[in-house]
Amino acid sequence: MRKRTFALAGAAAGLAALLIGPGVIAQQQASVNSGEVNVYSYRQPFLIQPMFDAFTRDTGVKVNVVFAKKGLVERLKQEGRNSPADLIFTVDIGRLNDAYDSGVTAPVETAQLTANIPAAFRQADGHWYGLTQRARIIYASKDRVSKDDAPKSYEELADPKWAGRICTRAGNHVYQVALTAAMIAHHGEEKAEAWLRGLKSNLARKPQGNDRAQVKAISEGECDISLGNNYYFGLMLQNKEQFAWAQAVYPVFPTIDDTGTHVNISGMALTKASPNRDNAVMLMEFLTGDLAQQMYSEQNFEYPVVAGVPQAGLLRSMGELKADTMALDRVAALRADAFKLVDKVGYND
Amino acid sequence: MSMTTLSSLSSSTRPSQGRVWILGGLLVALIVAAPIGAIAWIALFPTENIWPHLASTVLPRHSWNTALLMVGNGIGVFLIGTASAWLVSACDFTGRRVFEWALLLPLAVPAYIVAFVYTDILEFAGPVQGLLRDVFGWQTARDYWFPEIRSMGGAIFVMSFVLYPYVYLLARASFHEQSSSVLEVSRTLGRGPWQTFLTVALPLARPAIVVGIALALMETLADFGTVDYFAVNTLTVAVFNVWLGMGNAGGAAQIALVMLGFVILLISLERIGRQGRQYHHTSSRFQASPRVRLRGGRHLAAFLVCAVPILIGFLIPAGVLLRHAIVFFDDSWNQAFFAFARNSLTLSATAALIAVSIAVFLAYGRRLSGRGFGALSRIALLGYAVPGAVLAVGVIIPFARIDNAIDSLARDLFGVSTGLILSGTIFALVFAYVVRFLAVGFGAVEASLGKIRPTMDMAARSLGAGPGRTLWRIHLPLVRGSLIAAGTIVFVDSMKELPATLILRPFNFDTLATHVYQFASDEQLERSALSALTIVIAGILPVIILSRALRQARPGARTGTPKDTQATTRG
Repeated sequence: MRKRTFALAGAAAGLAALLIGPGVIAQQQASVNSGEVNVYSYRQPFLIQPMFDAFTRDTGVKVNVVFAKKGLVERLKQEGRNSPADLIFTVDIGRLNDAYDSGVTAPVETAQLTANIPAAFRQADGHWYGLTQRARIIYASKDRVSKDDAPKSYEELADPKWAGRICTRAGNHVYQVALTAAMIAHHGEEKAEAWLRGLKSNLARKPQGNDRAQVKAISEGECDISLGNNYYFGLMLQNKEQFAWAQAVYPVFPTIDDTGTHVNISGMALTKASPNRDNAVMLMEFLTGDLAQQMYSEQNFEYPVVAGVPQAGLLRSMGELKADTMALDRVAALRADAFKLVDKVGYND
Repeated sequence: MSMTTLSSLSSSTRPSQGRVWILGGLLVALIVAAPIGAIAWIALFPTENIWPHLASTVLPRHSWNTALLMVGNGIGVFLIGTASAWLVSACDFTGRRVFEWALLLPLAVPAYIVAFVYTDILEFAGPVQGLLRDVFGWQTARDYWFPEIRSMGGAIFVMSFVLYPYVYLLARASFHEQSSSVLEVSRTLGRGPWQTFLTVALPLARPAIVVGIALALMETLADFGTVDYFAVNTLTVAVFNVWLGMGNAGGAAQIALVMLGFVILLISLERIGRQGRQYHHTSSRFQASPRVRLRGGRHLAAFLVCAVPILIGFLIPAGVLLRHAIVFFDDSWNQAFFAFARNSLTLSATAALIAVSIAVFLAYGRRLSGRGFGALSRIALLGYAVPGAVLAVGVIIPFARIDNAIDSLARDLFGVSTGLILSGTIFALVFAYVVRFLAVGFGAVEASLGKIRPTMDMAARSLGAGPGRTLWRIHLPLVRGSLIAAGTIVFVDSMKELPATLILRPFNFDTLATHVYQFASDEQLERSALSALTIVIAGILPVIILSRALRQARPGARTGTPKDTQATTRG
């Protein structure tokens, strides 16, 4: 009896090993097939899959994806010239810059890409292209913050009158770091530090959870205002359980240094090793086209980077986006300093 | 207690045979240690050195939090695991036979899922606080005080109730292997049941318990999901922040090295705990101890001590998942789901088989050759405490180097490109699992081998069997229960593994864990509850096999057939 259990366990494991073998070979074939394009993505698949599906319907080219929130640039770097990846997708300017800095991207310029994407949203030599804009906005409680009282600027968040009333996610998350970097870009490191300390001392609780969790906290009365990306408003309204959270708040577009609202971009870059370069460029052009840009807006509530593409009704109803005019690569360059500042003031403690 | 080591034995074997084990062990240890070497490399030669910044800001705070969490969890898992293991081994009370296996169930639930569920229940909007507000007429969070689940205390609570099975499993196996004759001697010499437990049973089980605690603490050290969700800033969180936020892999690896310091501390503690002693039963007469029937208040207390951990660590989380899974069943029950399940099962089973084989190889090599080999085998076990994401980078580096070297060679010699052979394949994933969870298997196998009297080896060897034959004919059958236990833990751990899987996986490849994560990280766990529940169920099956095997592997097991019992007592 016992011997049988033992043998059974061994047999099961052996069988599993046999099943895996063909899998490995199949996976290998996937990456070298010429009718395909391979993507390393920091973006969650369900956010970009609809656009990839549309691309495949259009062109017959299959899109293979690896999604991870970290480590893909490292993987790309190590795989070197043999990497199967053609494109890399990111959710913020910082990682686009990382990829560019570590030398794994290749410049690409086509008439269509240059025509579609405004110069502010692409690297000068075409090493990366922005796809969507996301504004970092304020969510204020409908019950406890009147429209007149709501902060008009990020700077106001450090005002002691908000003591114990603000919720944010962790200070070293890429979205918060980018905002802090923008503060440094506008005001210098010293003033940015004072601002960050002021904001920290106004927090109702230790930074935790993601942007949606802060809105939830407002709906529960833990705090009165929070910081979050604009598209979460639409995504929460679409979600059965989160609808009530979004109902408890209204969006405010604050200014930074009186210019406009801080925005970040999601984007893409062609890899240096790209084995399916033609397909990759085709996909890049497709995603900057009107159809894909409109899908980004309709399905994810992000702002298209391409001028003239109609925005989703909800985005229009939230008010017009007037973006900060500071160059994005300047903000990206200050990211490491912003990160150290967050550690220095002990924002997450 | 015999104090003999086998070192003297190995010197008497023909040198060629001993050398095979040692060379083989060296090779295995080197291969398994390669990722850790790679991490050390990028830590020591970073592209941009931020060590001064880390040392002055991040490290002190995060190290303190890590230490606090480990002490809290260490005490938690020791109390829950040892108390429940002793009760089901030595006492008889209502539900004991169910508790015996059910106490293992929390092992099947990933800690981050439990964390998510308890936040749902205990947070402001949850049912508990909602009920309190209704009853007392409170309005907002400022009207009353309620313990914050997203805190250090919350993390200790959740992780203690999820990780205690490591201690329970090993402590119970150890209590079961204790002959009643030893305990009876204690009782006839006038010790009460409590004193017998404290002065005889507990010290005898100490090596197993310490191994269990060490495993639970390494799991604590490497955990990211729970502490991230609860905003407890441990070293693992620092690793991810430095890497994710600053894009500085070198800095992340430096923190990972500090964490390795914690692991080495743990391993030394375990060694000191054993104080160089090896525990063997020298009596060949084995008899199972009769269980003490509990009555009244004690009966109730014993029942609660066993029921509460199962309730908190398994029934409540699994119940919540089940509810979500039913609501979202139509969305989740499709072809893709079966693909995720198949990927998870095959990967984890392969990893378990390989990890146990290597564990046996290392543990037996150590038994043959003593201390020198021991140090070597320790190095190979460090992978367990390296956070998955960091280990993944450690795997990528040597694999990519080898692949690119082969490719260059092929291009030079034959003018063809071989591309990447190992990188980005399932092979890399299985390798990462083995490196990460080898320590789990090794701990169990070694503790079990250590209890086999060296005289057994001596007898077999003097009758002419070589080390290999002795292992196959004598040791493996004796430690069978522990091998199955070790394989099961590796299997379940691999099913749950997340960060390394995310980074290393091939294109279009999802496991149940990555699928769950995709939604859970967006506070929408309910949409992937079916996959989460499947991880839990897959974890339960081995738990049942394991618990049956444990019962049957017990020398003189009462539940076995008479033939089985005879076979075992004959050894």
